[in-house]
Formats: sequence, C-alpha cells, structure tokens
Amino acid sequence: MGQTIVEKILARASGKKRVSPGDLINAKIDFALGNDITAPVAINEFKKTGAEKVFDKERIALIPDHFTPNKDIQTAEQVKLMRDFARQQGIIHYYEIGRMGIEHALLPELGLVLPGEVVIGADSHTCTYGALGAFATGVGSTDLAAVMATGELWFKVPHTIRIAFHGNLPPWVGGKDLILYTIGQLGVDGARYAALEFSGSAISRLDMDARFTISNMAIEAGAKAGLIPPDEVTRKYLTGRTARPYTAVLGDEGAPVAEEYNWDVESLEPQVSLPYSPANARPVSSVAGTEIDQVVIGSCTNGRIGDLRQAAALLKGKKVHPRVRLIVIPATQAIYLQAMREGLLEIFVEAGAAVSTPTCGPCLGGHMGILAGGEVAVATTNRNFVGRMGHPESRIYLAGPAVAAASAVSGVIAHPREIGGGDAR
Amino acid sequence: MNILKGKVWTFGDDVDTDAIIPARYLNTFDPGELALHCMEDADPTFAAKVSPGDIIVAGKNFGCGSSREHAPLAIKAAGVSCVIAESFARIFYRNAINIGLPILESAQAAASLQEGRQVEINLEEGKISDLSSGSTFTAVPFPPFMQGIMAKGGLINYIREKKNKK
Repeated sequence: MGQTIVEKILARASGKKRVSPGDLINAKIDFALGNDITAPVAINEFKKTGAEKVFDKERIALIPDHFTPNKDIQTAEQVKLMRDFARQQGIIHYYEIGRMGIEHALLPELGLVLPGEVVIGADSHTCTYGALGAFATGVGSTDLAAVMATGELWFKVPHTIRIAFHGNLPPWVGGKDLILYTIGQLGVDGARYAALEFSGSAISRLDMDARFTISNMAIEAGAKAGLIPPDEVTRKYLTGRTARPYTAVLGDEGAPVAEEYNWDVESLEPQVSLPYSPANARPVSSVAGTEIDQVVIGSCTNGRIGDLRQAAALLKGKKVHPRVRLIVIPATQAIYLQAMREGLLEIFVEAGAAVSTPTCGPCLGGHMGILAGGEVAVATTNRNFVGRMGHPESRIYLAGPAVAAASAVSGVIAHPREIGGGDAR
Repeated sequence: MNILKGKVWTFGDDVDTDAIIPARYLNTFDPGELALHCMEDADPTFAAKVSPGDIIVAGKNFGCGSSREHAPLAIKAAGVSCVIAESFARIFYRNAINIGLPILESAQAAASLQEGRQVEINLEEGKISDLSSGSTFTAVPFPPFMQGIMAKGGLINYIREKKNKK
C-alpha cells in the first residue's frame, strides 16, 4: 500500500521502513526553532534536563521577533536570556534586531528548512514550512527543550486530508483566500491531528510566497502540518539559498488518505474571516461596507514581498482613508530592503501608511498597533480570536493583502476591484 | 495520590489559548503572574473565583491556537487540578502532558457536567464521578507511553531519568 508524503518523511526520521496513521514514533529532528516568548521557557526546562550542550548548535534557531524591538523591560529581559543562551551554547542561528525577521519568513529565506525534513518549532505557525514539503509542526516550550537536549521527539503519525484546488485563480484571489476558504469548509478543528496536503493545478501555479501563506494557516483548521508536494517552483526557490543537501519526498500515487476534497477556484471571491474565528470565512462582498479603524499588512502569514507588491499595486497614487490607520510590516530585513528598492515603501508612505521594522507585533496583540475597545481591523494576520490584537471588545476581519489594501483606501471592507489598480500577481 | 476533587467551571467549544492567557501577559513566564490572568478573555472573573482543586470542563478543541505553554502553566498555577474536555487541540494536549497538568478526554462528561457541581476524579482509572448526581464517566485512556511521561511528572523528568540510566 502506498504512503503519503508525511508517512514517508516520518518513517525515514524514525528509522522505519513504513509508518501508519496513529503509530507513536520517536523521530530525529532536522531543525528546531524558538522565539522570544517560547524559548525562555524552553531554556529554563533545558537546564533542568541535566544536558550541558544542545544536540546540534547549527540546527537550532532562536529568533527574537514577537515583542521586538523590545517593547518593555520584561521583554528585554526575555530576549536577553535567549541571547545569552545562544552565545553560551554557540548557537549560530540567532538573529539580532536589524538582521532578524519574523521566524517563519526568515527561516525559509535563509534556506534553513528543507524538503523532506522534520522541523519542530515552539510556535504554532511552524507548519509554514510544509510549503517546502517538510514535515513541520508547532510544539510547546518543553518539547523544544527536549529536542535541544536530545535531538529527538515523539509524534503520533497523523492521518492525511488531501485538498485539491483546480482551475485558474480569478483576479485578486490568492493563497490567503484559498486557505481561509479551506478553514471555512473544514472548521477550526476539522483537521485536528491531521496533516493537510494541498495539491491541484491552482496550487501548482502558485509562487512560494503564496504557498507559505497556505501552509502557515493549516494550524487554524487544527492541523498538525500542511504540506505542498515539492516541485520545480520549490526547487527554484531553494537554489542558491542553502548549502545543506536535502532529499525531496513525494507521496506514492494512490496512497490512501482519510479524506479528500476537490474544489474549483474559478468562481472563488476574495475571502474574509469574520470575528471571532478564522473559520468564519465569507466572500468579501458579503461584508463589504463594514467600517474599519485599522489595517495591518504583514505577519508570518502575509508579510512577504509578493504580499507587499499586491498591496502596493492597489495603493499606488491613492491615499489611506482619513479615518483609517494602515500599518505595513515587511516580514524580514531582506523583504524590507527589496520593497525599498522596488519603490513599494515609497508608495506606502505616500499613501499615508506607517511602515514598521519586522516584528510579529500587533498580530498577537503585542505592540505596534494595539486596538482599543470597539475598534475594527482588517488584518492579513492569522487569528481573529477575542482580544487577539488588543482590547477584548475589538474586532478583527482576516483577509489577504489585496482586500486589506482596498479596505484601507475605502475606509470600509472593500473588494479590490472597487478601487481600481492592477493585480500584481 | 491520584484522586482529585473540586468544583466544576464550564466553558464552551474552541476555547483558544489567547482566551486562556492573552499575549499581553506573555512578557513573563512566572506561573504566579500568569495565574492572575487565567481564562481572562473567556471569563474576566475566573482567576478571582477559582479555588485550588477546581476543575475546568469544556467542549471540543480546548486550547486551540497558539503553542504557548503559558496556557497550561496558567491553568495549573491558578490551582485547577484537571481539565476535562470533549477533545483537545493537539499542541495544548502535548503541553499539558509535558508540564504535568492532568487532562481527560470524555465527550459524555463534557456534555453532562454542570457548573458548580462537585466532581471526583480517579486519574489512574480515568474515572470521573459527579458527586452531586452520582453519574460516572470514563475518559479515553492515554497510551502507555504517555502514561509513562505523566507518571514521572512531565517530559523533563522523563528525559532526565532516561539520561541517568545511560
């Protein structure tokens, strides 16, 4: 019987010929990640294991991105704890403010996570790297501590839910719309414990930026991982990025899966997820006209260059609505520099937007754009739970960069076609 | 000593980790500090009214969202002795086992136990007794491997013992 991509990766990592959904295995970890919220807890726990050295100082990344640049004394202390540990252990992949980026944009950009690998991160959006054909999953701090000490971790082999998107994407519909639609169909726990596998002609034609957006939000359907089989697009993206050898893994033809969905994208509208659940996905036209106070374009979901190009194509020569605050956050320094060279930052600033240094910041209600009670935001981020971006009585509508930019100009939630401008894709 | 006893506090489906411990409090990982804000965005009065030993009962997908271990830490430090839910989000499930917060999966108990009821739990047997009504429920048993981690009081102790044996 054939095996899925996830089963093959986990079989390799656990030294077995094959594994089946439900099996409990111990897998070797190829790469591990922590951030300024989760790593301090992990470092504390690591010390308790009695280990003196991390399992491999080249296969751990510690990224200060959530509350950075440090927002207060306590967060400065947390980052310092992580920095001191990185220095003491000789951990190579610690990236300081001014060189860092949002972890899930930065690690792929640096070629640190690769097809066929097993990657864990003490951050739920670690599933982003599934876009490269890796088994990548979010864990807690104690699991990260265990990996730093031993290089291994236990897993239950997930069943696979295959989702195929067919056809040509309409204008203004991109990776974010496909994943919001998926979560809307499956529900926030529809893929609990499962690995999502995305395929189909619409996925094949997407660039890596859009693919990262899709895999990034697999967790929002409860999934353990969200994989896209590696192809020529993946290979090209990785060329020149990594010195580490890798073996791309593909699933067997006809490998049995738990569920399979086939969706046509040709009539799909840009999607918006209403408060307070990413699963409340609707076509944008159903909420068009809703008044807003703030727009955030950025995050590990949609802070990549493709996202900024899409937003800039709509904002060019226009002004942010007087009632609205637009905050644009390039996800890494390299993206920031690229956006500067392409003139995108100029478009944003001339439109009346604030452009920030890379940070997770407002996405998790950390800093750099917290909402007051009763305020409404459109955000290209990944969660719209109660209190996620600030006051428990604020409201977040999740959308892609095109809807976000169009809404910033309109002052209300708007379909991108309403404000004119070209589709940058 | 695996008998737990306490009063039930009920919550609904899909309680996310932002509701359990909002990120605005994650500039510390001191359990005592986190406990002060436990469940704040689901019920702002919870931290003030919960008593040691009390039990959280929730619907499906408890602990969805962020991987923050601060969520089970906050619940444990608030004095909650056990969380019973119809189902748990997977990262929360791992985290709870890893830090030694008892959790039990039982759709029947989750649907039947009402707020304010006194409940007794036998963790080893996975038996949940509603002392007010006399009903009993049996939770989904943990695989032996996870029971091993829980018996050691969490993953770190488990690893330390394994290391010492080598």
